[in-house]
Amino acid sequence: MTTPDLRQDQRMDQIMAVLLRSGVSLAASLVFIGGVVYLLRHDLPAINYRVFQGEPQELRTVSGILREAATFHGRGLIQLGLLILIATPVARVLFSVVAFLYERDWTYVAITMIVLALLCYSLFGGGGL
Amino acid sequence: MNTLEFTLLVSMGSLLAGFLGSLTGLGGGVVIVPMLTLLFHVDIRYAIGAALVSVIATSSGAAAAYVKEGYSNVRVGMFLEIATTVGALVGAAVALHLHVSVIAIIFGLALIYSAFSSLREKSEQRTDVAPDRIAAWLRMDSSYPTDKGMTQYHVRGVPLGFALMFGAGVLSGLLGIGSGAVKVLAMDQAMKLPFKVSTTTSNFMIGVTAAASAGIYLSRGYIDPGIAMPVMLGVLGGSLVGARILAGATVRTLRLVFAVVIGFLAVEMIYNGFAGKM
Repeated sequence: MTTPDLRQDQRMDQIMAVLLRSGVSLAASLVFIGGVVYLLRHDLPAINYRVFQGEPQELRTVSGILREAATFHGRGLIQLGLLILIATPVARVLFSVVAFLYERDWTYVAITMIVLALLCYSLFGGGGL
Repeated sequence: MNTLEFTLLVSMGSLLAGFLGSLTGLGGGVVIVPMLTLLFHVDIRYAIGAALVSVIATSSGAAAAYVKEGYSNVRVGMFLEIATTVGALVGAAVALHLHVSVIAIIFGLALIYSAFSSLREKSEQRTDVAPDRIAAWLRMDSSYPTDKGMTQYHVRGVPLGFALMFGAGVLSGLLGIGSGAVKVLAMDQAMKLPFKVSTTTSNFMIGVTAAASAGIYLSRGYIDPGIAMPVMLGVLGGSLVGARILAGATVRTLRLVFAVVIGFLAVEMIYNGFAGKM
């Protein structure tokens, strides 16, 4: 049994750190910009959150959020930022699949593919649960 | 209260939660749900959605730093993420069918556990751990930086750790928390990983677990931009500031105070759950 190449693992860690940081920064910036737009256009009494209504359809799905954000609506922009945030760990897992493929570590390619499939199921098909 | 006041108050509360959460190691997510439900009278489903999002933000931000330093064990994390993501999907699916009072009571119990575990003594050095067949096959044994340079360690108890991680995932999906306390328990106690490796690997995994449940919460309409925006920005900002402050003696006192506050919040959530006031 060979031990994993430590140097290779470390390089993979470095790229992963950059990936995570960029995802969070991009998401936070979009949420902030969206928040400013939202507050500027929303000089109304606060929404009553005591009663649960659920978000409208256009703020629930990937395609709906993209459409809302494209029209520069505050809530749509915030939701796009949140979507990028949720996608950041998914991107990290996707990157791990590639990194393990590169290392020809088939066991871990399979393991990360399973995690990736579960995440994709949640993001694209989870509403049916 | 208008929208601007609500946003400012929630972001200030979240900033404080993120700051204390990162300083004490408890995570900012645990107090977000009680804060939103008890103080701002937000429905628990919106509160869980917002907390999940903030958990992803702080976990990914902190994981970026830890991964670089070489503490977290990526293989252990990836393997156990199968258990946490399945658990998170189950938890999020169950949450959609549970009464909010039941969720409040379970939340209170989980809060008490995490407050209690944050006060427990930490074990650090482990040199007596023998190699394990499953861990060797999965190539989990690794090394981490200590005062004496890179130190090798062995991993054990993979099946038990895996089972505990499933539980951590269910709690995360059900309550919108990172379940860091249960994750550390699985790796530190069951799998005998060094404590520093356990906490950083747990942090690394929290984002993936939370993302699995967040997808379901988003498509179910539980993530409201008006609430999630101040919570996410506040917790993230607070945790970044908290991470820059060195841990010292005052942190121990602070941890005790924070644990007591969480204990009170837990009791109130359980009471409200039983009284049907959620």
